[in-house]
Amino acid sequence: MTTIYQRPSGLQKRRLFENLFFWLFRAAAGINGLALLFVGYFVIANGAEAISWEFLTQPPTDSMTKGGIFPCILGTFYLAAGAIFFALPIGVASAVYMNEYAAKGRVLRMIRFGINNLAGVPSIVFGLFGLAFFCIMLGFGVSILAGALTLGVLTLPVIIGATEEALKAVPDDYRKASLALGATKWQTIYRVVLPAAIPEILTGAILGLGRAAGETAPIMFTAAVFFTPVLPESVFDEVMALPYHIYVLATEGTEIALTRPIQYGTALVLIVLVCGMNLFAIITRSKMRKKLKG
Amino acid sequence: MTPANRRNLKEKIIKSIFLGIALASITSLGLITFFLFLEGLPVLQHVSVNELITGTLWYPTREPPLFGILPLIVASAGVTLLSAVISVPLGIMTAIYIAEIAGPKTAEIVKPTVEILASLPSVVIGLFGLVVVAPLLQEVFNIPVGVNLFNASLMLGFMAVPTICSISEDAIRSVPGSLREASLALGATHLETIVKIVLPAGASGITTAVILGMSRAIGETMVVLMVAGGAAIIPESLFDPVRPMPASIAAEMAEAPFRGSHYHALFAIGVVLFLFTLLFNLTAGYLSSRYKRKQLSG
Repeated sequence: MTTIYQRPSGLQKRRLFENLFFWLFRAAAGINGLALLFVGYFVIANGAEAISWEFLTQPPTDSMTKGGIFPCILGTFYLAAGAIFFALPIGVASAVYMNEYAAKGRVLRMIRFGINNLAGVPSIVFGLFGLAFFCIMLGFGVSILAGALTLGVLTLPVIIGATEEALKAVPDDYRKASLALGATKWQTIYRVVLPAAIPEILTGAILGLGRAAGETAPIMFTAAVFFTPVLPESVFDEVMALPYHIYVLATEGTEIALTRPIQYGTALVLIVLVCGMNLFAIITRSKMRKKLKG
Repeated sequence: MTPANRRNLKEKIIKSIFLGIALASITSLGLITFFLFLEGLPVLQHVSVNELITGTLWYPTREPPLFGILPLIVASAGVTLLSAVISVPLGIMTAIYIAEIAGPKTAEIVKPTVEILASLPSVVIGLFGLVVVAPLLQEVFNIPVGVNLFNASLMLGFMAVPTICSISEDAIRSVPGSLREASLALGATHLETIVKIVLPAGASGITTAVILGMSRAIGETMVVLMVAGGAAIIPESLFDPVRPMPASIAAEMAEAPFRGSHYHALFAIGVVLFLFTLLFNLTAGYLSSRYKRKQLSG
């Protein structure tokens, strides 16, 4: 006689195995949290002491070993804001073309291919490009303008990606209703689609801003200097910037140990700025998605 | 001209403006390629391509200078591969956890954590590696310097996790539920379903994730500039200091005389680095387009 039903072999063993592996997966996820916690703790615990009103509002003194980092904060603000100033209109327009106008086909594939590969270009290569094109070819020199343009090209894929997602999240009914009322394509985009997508596009802009503010390599040759005695007065001036300040103080200064507190303090300011913007963007985006889903 | 015609013309003009801007934004990729080659190719007046790629001596400031970038290429490959040992299992396992195991509430915490990890400025991770990890390595492994191939790989590994995790997660989520249900109905456990059904079905997406993660690691600059050690030698052990390609460019550009041979050599390294990442990205693009087509047809 053959048995019709056979108990799965070693079910208990298989369950145990499963449990074991699931804990491994949980541990893997946990390690990421731990890593973030470690770095966060390191920066906050060391940096908090350095932070004071003076640190945030005064320029460095005593050949960089004392004083504040105000010029760096201002410089990073100029560079990141400048990058978004260039990247936002171009990025949004590109995404509108890709999502609203372009028919599926060779042109769209080519544009998407270009954007994807642009997103993969190493940051130092952006630095080389900015040096050769903006600083030398266009004659901007080491300046806010050159740095902001370089960072602008770097953040372009971020803006385009976020805008495309924002446009895709606008229900097609909106477009159809507008077109059915006799509006043209452009009127539909301008009056219906864009207003609905604007909050999420702005979230993308904040992500881009955070990305631009945290980058070091692209501004090393194009905008940043270790020290300038005066605050920048025009877009053709060179600037100090938070990430570059950390790098130079931590590796090249003659007083590496002495300036440690300043390094930590600067790192804390940078992390609060960059991660704060990201966190804000992540939270608002997930809130908006929930609202759209109803 | 009737009002309708005028309206049509206006619409056409607007559409071409948008097309123009979209094309302009990908022109930047062309410009990047053009300027890298423009400033990089002149180095071939001093060395042949073969000498450049296979030369093992990088003495750019000596007279006459030696422009062999093999040690830099090996260093880049070394830190990238070693970082993948960390980032690939960690990234894929985290993705499996988020997509398959975690409840929606937990996933809502784990996902932003990974995203914030991705947003940490690389210079801060470099500082962490320099101040915390380097002394720790020195002590634990009893080695003279803590800034080395191992340290850089460790930092890069964690930086590549978010890339690998988020793309793998998408790949896992896009595996049709019916496949899972069929497997579970046949008596397989959830783990067996994941390993034998879900992962193979999402394989091309996950491979794309791994390649893009490695592309991120090979192009990362600040970490390898700060914690790789900076010696332009072919490493013999995990704890040898190395000088990956981005580190060399970043460290030397300031002192290289404008449009001198050293300057051009650094751009040539940029070309090599760019080609590496382009190759990674093209492969990833090819794989993901194939897997999208498969999903559409299947």
